[in-house]
Amino acid sequence: MVSGGVFFQRESAMPQPSISKTMTTGESGLALVFAVAAFLCLIASAKALDAPFAFHTGLSAAASLAAVFFIINRYYDRPARLPPAEINGRPNYNMGPIKFTAAIAMFWGIAGFLVGLIIASQLAWPALNFDLPWIQFGRLRPLHTSAVIFAFGGNVLIGTSFYVVQKSCRARLAGDLAPWFVVLGYNYFILIAGTGYLLGVTQSKEYAEPEWYADLWLTIVWVTYLLVFLGTIIKRKEPHIFVANWFYLAFIVTIAVLHLGNNPALPVSFFGSKSYIAWGGIQDAMFQWWYGHNAVGFFLTAGFLAIMYYFIPKRAERPIYSYRLSIIHFWALIFLYIWAGPHHLHYTALPDWTQTLGMTFSIMLWMPSWGGMINGLMTLSGAWDKLRTDPVLRMLVVSVAFYGMSTFEGPMMSIKVVNSLSHYTDWTIGHVHSGALGWVGFVSFGALYCLVPWIWNRKGLYSLKLVNWHFWIATLGIVLYISAMWVSGILQGLMWRAYTSLGFLEYSFIESVEAMHPFYVIRAAGGALFLIGALIMAYNLWMTVRVGEQEVQMPVALQPAE
Amino acid sequence: MSFWTRHQIFEKNSIILIVGILLVIAIGGLVEITPLFYLKSTIEVVDGVRPYTPLELAGRNIYVREGCYLCHSQMIRPLRDEVERYGHFSLAAESMFDHPFQWGSKRTGPDLARVGAKYSDDWHVTHLTNPRAIVPQSVMPGYPFLSSIEVDPDTIADHMRTLRTVGVPYTDDQIANAAADMKAQADPDNAGTDAFTKRYAKAAVRNFDGKSGTPTEMDALIAYLQMLGTLVDFKLYSEKANLR
Repeated sequence: MVSGGVFFQRESAMPQPSISKTMTTGESGLALVFAVAAFLCLIASAKALDAPFAFHTGLSAAASLAAVFFIINRYYDRPARLPPAEINGRPNYNMGPIKFTAAIAMFWGIAGFLVGLIIASQLAWPALNFDLPWIQFGRLRPLHTSAVIFAFGGNVLIGTSFYVVQKSCRARLAGDLAPWFVVLGYNYFILIAGTGYLLGVTQSKEYAEPEWYADLWLTIVWVTYLLVFLGTIIKRKEPHIFVANWFYLAFIVTIAVLHLGNNPALPVSFFGSKSYIAWGGIQDAMFQWWYGHNAVGFFLTAGFLAIMYYFIPKRAERPIYSYRLSIIHFWALIFLYIWAGPHHLHYTALPDWTQTLGMTFSIMLWMPSWGGMINGLMTLSGAWDKLRTDPVLRMLVVSVAFYGMSTFEGPMMSIKVVNSLSHYTDWTIGHVHSGALGWVGFVSFGALYCLVPWIWNRKGLYSLKLVNWHFWIATLGIVLYISAMWVSGILQGLMWRAYTSLGFLEYSFIESVEAMHPFYVIRAAGGALFLIGALIMAYNLWMTVRVGEQEVQMPVALQPAE
Repeated sequence: MSFWTRHQIFEKNSIILIVGILLVIAIGGLVEITPLFYLKSTIEVVDGVRPYTPLELAGRNIYVREGCYLCHSQMIRPLRDEVERYGHFSLAAESMFDHPFQWGSKRTGPDLARVGAKYSDDWHVTHLTNPRAIVPQSVMPGYPFLSSIEVDPDTIADHMRTLRTVGVPYTDDQIANAAADMKAQADPDNAGTDAFTKRYAKAAVRNFDGKSGTPTEMDALIAYLQMLGTLVDFKLYSEKANLR
């Protein structure tokens, strides 16, 4: 992929006063920890009870050794003094880890969209499962969801949060190795999770499929992420914490709580991949959807709203529409979201009162969601003309429009009578994708289109025309996708409950499966268009970094206020 | 001091902001989840529900491994069409020993909560090997490889011990005989079948995949599918028992 030099440019070429060079406690400590980890992983690999666990621990031993080498090599390459927090009174921002996340997000995005296209095609043409365990639908589907949500979305969130927190606090990212530990450690978690799915390692909790050892590793990485983010906020030069950082903070803290609540599991053996979750039956179901819906609420919403609150005002060069609305938006959103989980369990064995609470709060959630949408859209007051000339801004704004649409559809589907029809059908899949492709996808694309020229010091993107192509191809793909799923979902729901005039069920189940075929083909076509758009984007960003014109550093006096 | 200036305490102090976030997100979860560990309707035991036999448990783990839950739910809702299509609506007690639960969220294929005893073992072997041999319109993947992989009777006791720690009431007797029970359930000629059926009420003893020798993953998965939803005898279940 991208050569190392793209990421590891030295931030400053300032002459260093001669001081004796010593390893920091962080460097020596972390190198030691990884050396011990390599040894332990090797033992675990030798004693492993199953092949996937032997593979994962072996891989971890190699990765730990690579980490030791990376730390020591970096120590020999670096100047005696660590990079200063400020140079000539200006913050010396740490962009290396952000460059890494931007590049790898694009890679995972394309991989995730491709797997999505494959599983969509498998549903249309089941022969594509090839009767092989590793690539059949049941194993590829978690690979798709994790790749797009956690690998693509997660890297966009970590990358943009590291950028926004530095810029809006006017402070260099806290920690020296810690930011690298977060981005590399997080992507290693993705690698373990993804290869695990293909090998049949899963705890079968949707969006929380990775097994106990991957969960433990993610916990360590996530706590470090919180510390780096919080440490940067604490070092801030601005008196106020910028609104985007509230959302990032709520995202980081709440995901930690959800992860710990949903995943307590007891491994059968410390040398095997299989574990059993502490919760059972109805309690497990409630924990799962408390987690599952708030993975949507805090990973896919709060985190990306933070992107909206920073990137839209920046790109439109307008202030956020309303400060007061953003306060109400923030607290109302995080308070109400947590309650919405039971709407995934309507008419199940879950008690009625819990279902009704979930429904009620889901409907109330419509208000802060649209409050946030209005705050994002109205930020364009006085700059609406830019939508005609700037396809990146158009992508960001359309993402907010999709956010508004899916946050209306969601509360509607949470109403029990609507849910009795929509639940278990493709309508849910369509709803998820209008949020995922339209909102999360487009706001991430928009943010990356802004971020890549900024962090690589380029004047602008390689081609705005290609952004325009990306926008229209992807939009067409989304429209095909969600309209196919609306029709197929509602058709399924109606066929399942249809009765003949004599009072018999009108259709057998398999007749409803057969009726889905044309819509599954259209859906796959929509997914293919979305993938093509992402490939155009990857080329555009690559060329921006490769041949884009260097931006001349602006003098200090002209630095705009954040 | 207006409300808006008071809010500055959160904007100027990151620790207070974090505490505020934690308090606000804790409420909903606590109110909705905690009672589920105490309420009668969520923890009551229903006659007939028992932990899985060793072979069924191995089958259930295959069901989890292959991601069957992604296309098949195991939760029949109390709606007229579902009760007529799939059977009595699902009770909370029927999945109380499920770690993790397998209620699912999508029906690309039909609900399986009461698929047990609905089709013959032969039907399942053919269908799992090549779904379109029996149901031409099916979009289900084929799982022919299950027939050639043997299950491991020696480690299943460890699984049962782990499950007992998280709350599944396996007896010492059941754990001690796990390996023998696993072989006995798939082999009607086995000497241990009588002892096995005493340990697990209503458990079926059959050669599920029709092949002799150590049970395969096909045996295990079919043993699991064939017991789904069969444990509670709804003829004895009084629907009016809880009316007050």
